[in-house]
Amino acid sequence: MATTRVAPQEAEILPPPPTVVNDLSIQVATVNGSGSQTANTVLLRSIFQMGIPVSGKNLFPSNIAGLPTWFTIRASKYGYIGRKKEIDFLVAMNPETAEEDVRELRPGAAVVYDERLNLNRLRTDLTFYPVPFDQLVAPVCPDAKLRKLVRNMIYDGVLAKLLGIEMEEIQKALDKQFRKKAKAAALNWNAAKAGYEFAEKNLRKSDRFALQRMDATRGKIIIDGNAAAALGAMFAGVTVVTWYPITPSSTLCETLIEYLKRYRIDPETKKATFAVVQAEDELAAIGMVLGAGWAGARSMTATSGPGISLMAEFTGFGYYAEIPAVIFDVQRVGPSTGLPTRTAQGDILSIAYLSHGDTQHPMLFPCSVEECFTMAIEAFDLAEELQTPVFVMSDLDLGMNNWMSDPFPYPPKPISRGKVLSREDIERLGHFERYRDVDGDGVGYRTLPGTDHAAAGYFTRGSGHNEKAQYSERPDDYVNNMQRLARKFATARNRVPAPVIQEAEGAEIGLIAYGSSHWAVVEALDQLRDEYDIAASYLRVRGFPFNDDVRNFIRRHRRIYVVDQNRDGQMAQLLRVDVDAEEVPKLHSVLHFSGLPIDARSVTDSIVSQEGVK
Amino acid sequence: MATTALPSAPPKKVNRIGLDISAYKGSKSTLCAGCGHNAITERIIEAFYELGVEPHRVAKLSGIGCSSKSPAYFLGSAYGLNAVHGRMAAVATGTMLANRTLLAIGVSGDGDTVSIGAGGFVHLMRRNLPLVYIIEDNGVYGLTKGQFSATADLGSKLKTGVVNDLPPIDTCALAIMLGATYVARSFSGDKRQLLALLQGAIAHRGTSMLDVISPCVTFNDHEGSTKSYSYVKDHDEPLSDVSFIPFFQDISVDYPAGTATEITLHDGSRMILKKLGTDYDPTNKSDALRILTEAHDKNEIVTGLFYVNTERENFLDLLNVVDEPLATLPESRVRPPKQVLDEIMEELR
Repeated sequence: MATTRVAPQEAEILPPPPTVVNDLSIQVATVNGSGSQTANTVLLRSIFQMGIPVSGKNLFPSNIAGLPTWFTIRASKYGYIGRKKEIDFLVAMNPETAEEDVRELRPGAAVVYDERLNLNRLRTDLTFYPVPFDQLVAPVCPDAKLRKLVRNMIYDGVLAKLLGIEMEEIQKALDKQFRKKAKAAALNWNAAKAGYEFAEKNLRKSDRFALQRMDATRGKIIIDGNAAAALGAMFAGVTVVTWYPITPSSTLCETLIEYLKRYRIDPETKKATFAVVQAEDELAAIGMVLGAGWAGARSMTATSGPGISLMAEFTGFGYYAEIPAVIFDVQRVGPSTGLPTRTAQGDILSIAYLSHGDTQHPMLFPCSVEECFTMAIEAFDLAEELQTPVFVMSDLDLGMNNWMSDPFPYPPKPISRGKVLSREDIERLGHFERYRDVDGDGVGYRTLPGTDHAAAGYFTRGSGHNEKAQYSERPDDYVNNMQRLARKFATARNRVPAPVIQEAEGAEIGLIAYGSSHWAVVEALDQLRDEYDIAASYLRVRGFPFNDDVRNFIRRHRRIYVVDQNRDGQMAQLLRVDVDAEEVPKLHSVLHFSGLPIDARSVTDSIVSQEGVK
Repeated sequence: MATTALPSAPPKKVNRIGLDISAYKGSKSTLCAGCGHNAITERIIEAFYELGVEPHRVAKLSGIGCSSKSPAYFLGSAYGLNAVHGRMAAVATGTMLANRTLLAIGVSGDGDTVSIGAGGFVHLMRRNLPLVYIIEDNGVYGLTKGQFSATADLGSKLKTGVVNDLPPIDTCALAIMLGATYVARSFSGDKRQLLALLQGAIAHRGTSMLDVISPCVTFNDHEGSTKSYSYVKDHDEPLSDVSFIPFFQDISVDYPAGTATEITLHDGSRMILKKLGTDYDPTNKSDALRILTEAHDKNEIVTGLFYVNTERENFLDLLNVVDEPLATLPESRVRPPKQVLDEIMEELR
């Protein structure tokens, strides 16, 4: 019957559906290089300034200009900041993807679109808001060359009107974005206003979504994980940074350079208390890090999967020669051309045992921008305390997207340089053996090149040395050294950041997750409880090697779901190696590896299905 | 009886900082008897001894290969880092970034430098990092038993009869083109020239690149090889007679005008290059490259100091790094205070 479907234009004759306040996702579909970043950031900041918890994710192609790109903003009064799978509000600016984007929406969603695209012909169960962008932009931006960039600000104005975003906040966000560029700020402001006024006169609000001021972001900051890690490195006292550009890690070093230039120039001499080198490749980058670490600097590099592969040989050398180093791995999808701008937790397994011979490496797993900061600092201490390369496992979602956070705490402890002997120490002791396990923790004492004592110097090699760092191919020397390195790795179990456990009373099942999956998991726990009456405990792994808390958590539960953003369940595999054989069958995987950040619904659906819940 | 005076041992000869030569020796070489690398090691020991360098200030860096083992055979009390194949340049760079007060000497081979390490080598030369870079160049891979390397000459023959059919990479020409500021070639069998060039390299504050032809007695010293002792002796054409006068010796050298070039290095030491026929200006890049090109055409092995530039800023000055070692800066200089973090947090609100 014709009456069963009501066209949205006639919706006013029905009772209005309940309004959904402060719980929606907005997706802006544009073309890469069209300058949408400003409009999207301003939108995000405006909502944030209204006190509403918000998160933003840039889903972009490996391309400078021309390919489709999406920006997703999620506002959640519950404080959920993981990606939301469902889109409530679409801004369709890209003719190439508009039709597919519209077809994928759930009934009841709203679409703001360039009116030339005629999208309202596609569906009858959505609310459509056509906007003549070209007509609106011309009068506010006389310079035709700038119109492409300013055009996007119009949808900010339209959304402000439709959703209830306060225009003063848009203006404030614009001023922050442009700081001293008043002209650019004014141009963009006029475009936003034009959008707002158009919507006021021509669009009748007929969707269910609204934003209202609340007070849940006071004092909070917005920052991306790479910038947070860069700050952490600076406050860790990094002195040597060597790197090779690779998406998605480049901005970590680029931001670090900016901060170092501002805050690490000696006030008296105007000289730098740091050295940064853009190396010729990742082989050189890690080689320089190790050369510097050997000579006593706090040294680091940042890279992604392909760079990790190139660093493999040197990482093994660092393990055997026992040289401190910090490597930030901002993980992305697999090799070569394809998805380098998409997120994944793809390097867990390869880094755990990176290189040849028997090698194992500590990993830290930050889940938030705050942990990108704090774990950067911990990583430098740990690398020097354990005298070994330490990896900080971030990913594209965490590293390149903007996240809301509490302000970062100033480092609570002084810098720890580990076991380093000075000339005076050696004089007092009367001897020095580089690789002797004096303290029983597997970690020897080292001296730094330049130490003015005849017994201080030593020769550093990979595998063949005895306790005194003398060349040796004797079987017993090799075995003793390898066993000491194993003791050192056992020491690391309780030195890496401990897991965070959230126990649900009487729960049979436990979730294990790490890194950026955390936000989807905490939301999924609520969904499981509220929608399916399933109680689950949760352990968030923050470091590798695992400590007893992880093993005990697995023992306490009947079924364990390990959440991995990769195909092969890499963390689950590491756990299988670590737990007792009888615990292995308990381990199940929740996998998400589409290149998009993991979302709560996918986690919930997977667990519900594996639990056999109808 | 106890009162009988024993004949006293002659006093040990010591250098200007009071150390005798044993302080500059290392462990016993495990390379083949007669290996050119051992002769180079001897000259390195002499050079550091004569200059009176404190061993603890020296960092010895290397990659992998016969050449790369040799840092263990000199300056035993200095620090050594024997890294992975082809990566001496990288670890040397890191070491000097961490502590610019060190004196870094890197020993590499032809395979280590211009095959597996070519990327690192060319970029190191561009940077002009203070580093003595020695290539112990024998044209073959010794530790893997005699395969050709990329410095093997066109037409040179392996013991097995295999003939090299690709042109060699001239490491000196490369280094000069790319920005190294002290570039020389020598022969392990020419004690006097090699010692002077090594001392000059140590005194120079920038990248000193020394390609030292160092015959492999086991795999490349036969008839048909262009890197054998006899071939190199027959084809060695020294550019000039090189002598080195350290900064702490006040010696004046007389030579008729126009017969020698004198170069003052960063620490005040001097190189005197007495002409032997070829007319060239060692501060002129084009001259140096011309000489190398012409030598290739004539199948000659030209040795000597090709190029020196004491004006170019070294990498550490370019980076404007503080004078003290970055490695040991106190916390107060590397961790900004709390108000800096507060200020940054405020900006991010």
